[in-house]
Amino acid sequence: MIRNINFVSKFKKANIFSTLLFSLSIFFMIFKGLNYGIDFKGGTLIELRTDVSVNASSIRELLSSMNLGDINVKKFGKDGDYLIKVEQKKENNNNLISEIKKKLSDNLSAEVDFRRVENVGPKVSAELLESSIIAISLALAAMLFYIWVRFEWQFSIGSIIALFHDVIITLGIFSVLSLEINLSIIAAVLTIVGYSMNDTVVIYDRIRENLLKFTKISISDVANLSINETLSRTLITSITTLLALLSIYILGGEILRGFSFAMILGVIIGTYSSIFVASPILKFFKVSYKTLEKEEEKIAP
Amino acid sequence: MLNFTKINILLIYLIFFFISIFSALNFQNKNNAIIDKKVNLGLDLQGGSYLLLEIDSSSLIEEKIQSKVIPIKKLLKENNLEYSNFKIENNKLKFSINNPEKFELLFFSKKDNFVNPYIDNYRSFELDFRKLDNSNIEVLFSKYGLLTINNSALKQSIEIVRRRIDDVGTKEPTILQRGEKRILVELPGLKDPGRIKTLLGKTAQLNFRLVSDNSEFGVDDLISENGEKLKISKRIVMSGENLIDAQPSVQNQQNEPTVSFTLDRLGAQKFGRATTDNVGKRLAIVLDGQIISAPNINEPITSGNGMISGNFTFQEATDLALLLRSGALPTPLNIVEERTVGPDLGEDSIKAGIISLIVGFILVIFFMFLKYKIFGLIANIALIANLLMLVGILTILEATLTLPGIAGIILTVGMAVDANVLIFERIKEELKTEKSIIHAFDTGYSKAKITVLDANITTLIAAIILFAFGSGPVKGFAITLGIGIITTLFTAYFLARHLTSIIVLRKKTQEVKI
Repeated sequence: MIRNINFVSKFKKANIFSTLLFSLSIFFMIFKGLNYGIDFKGGTLIELRTDVSVNASSIRELLSSMNLGDINVKKFGKDGDYLIKVEQKKENNNNLISEIKKKLSDNLSAEVDFRRVENVGPKVSAELLESSIIAISLALAAMLFYIWVRFEWQFSIGSIIALFHDVIITLGIFSVLSLEINLSIIAAVLTIVGYSMNDTVVIYDRIRENLLKFTKISISDVANLSINETLSRTLITSITTLLALLSIYILGGEILRGFSFAMILGVIIGTYSSIFVASPILKFFKVSYKTLEKEEEKIAP
Repeated sequence: MLNFTKINILLIYLIFFFISIFSALNFQNKNNAIIDKKVNLGLDLQGGSYLLLEIDSSSLIEEKIQSKVIPIKKLLKENNLEYSNFKIENNKLKFSINNPEKFELLFFSKKDNFVNPYIDNYRSFELDFRKLDNSNIEVLFSKYGLLTINNSALKQSIEIVRRRIDDVGTKEPTILQRGEKRILVELPGLKDPGRIKTLLGKTAQLNFRLVSDNSEFGVDDLISENGEKLKISKRIVMSGENLIDAQPSVQNQQNEPTVSFTLDRLGAQKFGRATTDNVGKRLAIVLDGQIISAPNINEPITSGNGMISGNFTFQEATDLALLLRSGALPTPLNIVEERTVGPDLGEDSIKAGIISLIVGFILVIFFMFLKYKIFGLIANIALIANLLMLVGILTILEATLTLPGIAGIILTVGMAVDANVLIFERIKEELKTEKSIIHAFDTGYSKAKITVLDANITTLIAAIILFAFGSGPVKGFAITLGIGIITTLFTAYFLARHLTSIIVLRKKTQEVKI
């Protein structure tokens, strides 16, 4: 069945909403900042398990007596599991981890097991940040190029604005909630870029097709018709993807939690943006069948 | 789009079976494997240690520039060039000279130039020359000169790191060069890399030097193992290069762990001469600038065998012997990145990953069946085929599966049905205006084709960029996501389409509901 929801009438409200969210996200990213993990900030991360439950504050006290600088200790999943983060020190101490282990095993009345240790030096973290930024920029540029080749420039701009919208708002939410940004979040953001694009392309494809089919009706009506025609696909794919992601989020363990959360946000925002961000931009540019006519032969399926 | 020739059908199923059969290889018994291929588990799943080491060549460059002082002075003298104010500053040689033009000519001669050799590979001289003003000049390493020094230090370091790690005996270590200054070490299954880190943290430059108050070579003030302040001659009697073997041993009388060593012929000669000439004096054994011990020379040692004692525990003696056997690192190594995952955490991650995969899979399959009934079933068969092919390709490539890689597979499950959803929805639309069912399916498939391709190529682009720029576990995600897209396209467009055609063509006259 084809639903007939008047999306276009809601474009204005949606655009105000999006602009607001977008600006808020930028505001938070500038003034609150992002909570970079050790991948990008450098430092040491230790996931440890104790056989009997100990107080996180006693671990914190023991570590602060070692003069390590900024320390963060928190519970991590199950009882007896903790995550320790130690700030990056200027001088390189190859023995830091064994020193921490000795301190904890000697002073805690519990068996201490280091389940995971990550240590990233300042040079490497700076490089990881740089290559992540390059990767995201390159992904955006590649998408832009692909759409430009496949469609017209108006579509290209529309889709890229939708992508920026998704990436910025996802990162904004991470900033508000102080969630950690690490390498796997970058992977999630890149996948969001791919997914959101995927969604936008499906609607754009239909808009292009309908523009050529119904040359008499306005872009608003064509957009509305196309969104409605593809709506059930948009929803079904979002649902199946979200089902898979929810399964990782709930059952996939602590390490994948941040990643799957970012993806869930991205899928929701991406689905929204293909309808309420990418499509209004075509209206803004007054795209019509004439826009397509010149290149009709090249792009017709 | 619904007509398949027999050859087409045969080809589709052959490709499917050929690829997916490989996924079975992962379940075969390790000992009698038919084809020894399987998906490797990343360090985050099987447990182990990842170390990124960086060579610190600053001291080496200082040493190298120092070694240029004598040849350059010699060159100046031989050609009657007067120089003054000769000094070393920031790894540069600076001096004033009366005829810089003549020096420049000599300095950059390609023939038999021992002072400043020409490096053919880079088409550059080892050293560079800069005129500061009319008479003052400075000499420093050229860009490629530095690169050559770094390269050879890195190659040598890799060799020595390999020897040390092999000597400790971990299973299947990976040791690779990364860029111009780094060495990547992967040690699967290793729970605590503490010992390896200690072993790699030492350059292990061993020197034998006399304890002496006045030496024409100058002295270093060092503190002995007992806290005694000693003056040690800078002259090196013999260095670790002359060692051919070193083993931990226990001295009988005191039951004290020691390290016995064997010298090569040249070393034995040097050592013999030094110990003969200096009976009664003390000989300091210096490792990386620290005294291990400084025993008395009681009698000449000419056999080429010796022993180092120094209040060792047995472990320390074993490690020292290992370090001496493997040779000295040309530069210190810094650990710039370390990631270690314990085997039990890896196991937990696999379990959690597999459970969420199964649950996600069941949810998606259930949803698709509810939504599309018989065609949902086809989409689900395509999904299962998709997974089999995905694992099959991972097996053929012997790819490394990481935890994010498992997430990539689950995500593929969620997104894979998209291709079929796009097609089915399109067919639904066509069915509304089209009277012939077969025709509706046919146009549905052909019209959805472009969209399906467009949509998947965008995700593929993201995956490729992730693969190129991502590191470690993230690469694993990019691999499964990327391959997942390709298998998705195959299963949706060939396998599912063929299954659909069977149903549609059989029910020709009846109403087909989708």
